Amino acid sequence: MRALVPPVLGALGFIAFWQAAVLLRVADPVLLPSPAETARDTWAALATGTLAHDLGRTVWRTLLSFAIASAIGVPLGVALGAQERLYRAVEFVVDFFRSTPASALFPLFLVLFGTGEATKIAVAAFGAALVILFNAAYGVMNARRTRVLAARVMGAGSARILVDVLVWEALPQILVGMRQGVSLALVIVVVAEMFIGSTDGLGQRVINAQMLFESGLMYGAIFVAGALGYVLNLLFLLMEKRFVHWSGK
Amino acid sequence: MTPITPREAAVTVRGLSKSFRGQPVHAGLDLDLRRGDILSVFGPNGCGKSTLINMMAGLLEADAGSVLFDGRTVREARIGYVFQNYREALLPWKRAADNIRYPLRLLRQPRAQVERRLQALVAAFDVRFDLNRYPYELSGGQQQLVSVMRALAVEPEVLFLDEPFSALDYETTLSLRELLGRVLKENRITAMLVSHDLEESIALSDRVLMLTRRPSRIVDDVPVPLAWPRDAATLSSPDFVAIKRRCLDVFTASVRARPEAA
Repeated sequence: MRALVPPVLGALGFIAFWQAAVLLRVADPVLLPSPAETARDTWAALATGTLAHDLGRTVWRTLLSFAIASAIGVPLGVALGAQERLYRAVEFVVDFFRSTPASALFPLFLVLFGTGEATKIAVAAFGAALVILFNAAYGVMNARRTRVLAARVMGAGSARILVDVLVWEALPQILVGMRQGVSLALVIVVVAEMFIGSTDGLGQRVINAQMLFESGLMYGAIFVAGALGYVLNLLFLLMEKRFVHWSGK
Repeated sequence: MTPITPREAAVTVRGLSKSFRGQPVHAGLDLDLRRGDILSVFGPNGCGKSTLINMMAGLLEADAGSVLFDGRTVREARIGYVFQNYREALLPWKRAADNIRYPLRLLRQPRAQVERRLQALVAAFDVRFDLNRYPYELSGGQQQLVSVMRALAVEPEVLFLDEPFSALDYETTLSLRELLGRVLKENRITAMLVSHDLEESIALSDRVLMLTRRPSRIVDDVPVPLAWPRDAATLSSPDFVAIKRRCLDVFTASVRARPEAA
């Protein structure tokens, strides 16, 4: 319980700072509504408006693209990591596209997948898959040599070593990659919702509210998106703790 | 040197050679390991003790020469290996008991047989701690004991031990050494030990091979006819002290000698 005090104080401090800025009229009230007003608008949008639906759409798109990214990135990363020379050959390409801002790829994916739902999912999955692949491959390549030797001396063949040792050795790094991947997928999905012909989703809600000068709703949608990112990250941290109980011991 | 007949030999090493970056570590090493014996290899730092044991266990390719287990290669033989670094050798995602079961499962032994073997090992080593814990929940000595049990699970023809106790404190080393010596002797297990601790090399073996600096040669083959079981009192017995002095003399002479090819 005591551990909760500092973050709660920090959040309260942030709201107080915001309220002070409103009272001092730092910005036009139309652009900067008070925290209470924002909370009221957000609640109304969640309860009666479309914000809950938007949140649901964004969560669905993020999870779908993340699932595709994991289904491709994890096995491919593990396989490439187990063949280090092969990985070295493709590393530059992986690294290059991993470093390319996914938003720069929107036009290309629009050509490939059209203006529908598929493009948003595909770009987000592409970006996340590379991050997951990269981490999975490095997890396998950095496996403790002694453990591999121990398995080999006990008579395990290459396939058994891959399943019984390398995948487990890489698991902490794979989960780190998945955590980064889901965060990246969310970022890409929200941006895609703003700019690739969308009618719903948090990104769409933010940009719509901004254009209609519904500032309270705009801030609300931003906070909901923030909370979503925070919760996803937290879920993965908890999963890492739960599934990689041996890490760091 | 007492000659070993082929029938007595569990392992026969002939002409084993290995170089690293053109520097020969072993050049035509011959060695016989008698069945039921514990052989320890001792020599100056970097003389290739671990290289030797790793080549014999099939973890490292030799440049030339042969290692035969009763006429078969290491791939055809059943061996056990205990690594120095138990933290990196055990599988931390498996419970201690599952680590011990693992090599038996690799051999696809039926469950009941695996459990019988596990219970036999628990009884032999008089294990009192909970094997259903994960390795990182155990002390260093307990973890290394689990490693030893895992290596012995398959009833190996030869057990290789690479500096098994060097990461443990002296108290733990003494008790583990005594325990291991008793179990190896009671079960007539053939073993080969590499250690940088002379006391340990003698206390846990029937025979000590003294190696020179690289390219290493066997300069002395010291029998250790001390009675089993051995304990801390053995370490101060006159026979032990005499053997240790002989080994030390050989060691000092080989360290003082100028390296041949350097």
